[in-house]
Amino acid sequence: MGVFRLPKIKSLEELRKLREEAIKSIRVRESTSTKITVGMGTCGIAAGAREVMHAILDELEKRKIDANVITVGCIGLCAEEPLVTIERGGQPGITYGKISIKKVTKLIEEHLIKGNIIDEWVISRG
Amino acid sequence: MRELSLHILDAVQNSIEADANRIYIKIKEDFGRDKLIIEIEDNGKGMTTEFLKEVLDPFKTTRKTRHVGLGLPLFSAAAENCNGDFKITSKKDKGTKITATFQYSHIDRAPLGDMVGTIVAILCSDKEIDLFYHHQVDNKKFEFNTQKLKKILGNISLANINAIKWLKSYLKYNFKKLYKNGGV
Repeated sequence: MGVFRLPKIKSLEELRKLREEAIKSIRVRESTSTKITVGMGTCGIAAGAREVMHAILDELEKRKIDANVITVGCIGLCAEEPLVTIERGGQPGITYGKISIKKVTKLIEEHLIKGNIIDEWVISRG
Repeated sequence: MRELSLHILDAVQNSIEADANRIYIKIKEDFGRDKLIIEIEDNGKGMTTEFLKEVLDPFKTTRKTRHVGLGLPLFSAAAENCNGDFKITSKKDKGTKITATFQYSHIDRAPLGDMVGTIVAILCSDKEIDLFYHHQVDNKKFEFNTQKLKKILGNISLANINAIKWLKSYLKYNFKKLYKNGGV
């Protein structure tokens, strides 16, 4: 999956080293086109979107899954926040609503690992 | 909101929506004067004088998805409830600057909270932005800017999962140093 081991890093020099390593795995990353979008408008932030985004990052790291996590502004479904949209390999995105930190593990496991859409959490498709 | 860092994240989202590509965050925790000052400045499209007058009214917003903009009124109320004040200046096509001042020791002042979480969330934006961050606690300072980091990373995005991991560890380490003698 193009994941490399990372030392404890604090300095800018270590960031340079990281770059060398990252370049080696970049081809793999480009070929994985999984994109996870988290709504970060006022509505999302107030509903816990920042924490959900970090839970997703942690889960991806734990499971060594390569994906791009991106934040966007409000898309107009404020009552359903936090909103998380998953797009894989050019397929239409699936948007899940009311995603709490507790739901993140199941979301990643079902959607990204097993390839199952969790229908009861979906609020829009495509 | 439970943390001032969430207000900061929210205000920066406004800057991003306003097409800013340079965003400055300046935080000053001044124990001597018992003040916490948060400044957020951007080079976005700014606001007209008329709109600026109304911007703290929750029923005004530029967004089309919903007709009530709550972000700035909430931030402003948070400052005013803590014996502080909230200023916003803006120039059309030049940018906007927000200054929120709090009485540091005020019982109702929310903690700054997870600034690492806020910075990482900002840098994962789908828009191309540069962040200039300056944080002072008493007489200690921590500064960083993404231009410098991007230069080192070259064609690797800062939103790359490994770059994020590095950034988190870099920020955590520096905040720990900054807060060695107290503060929240």
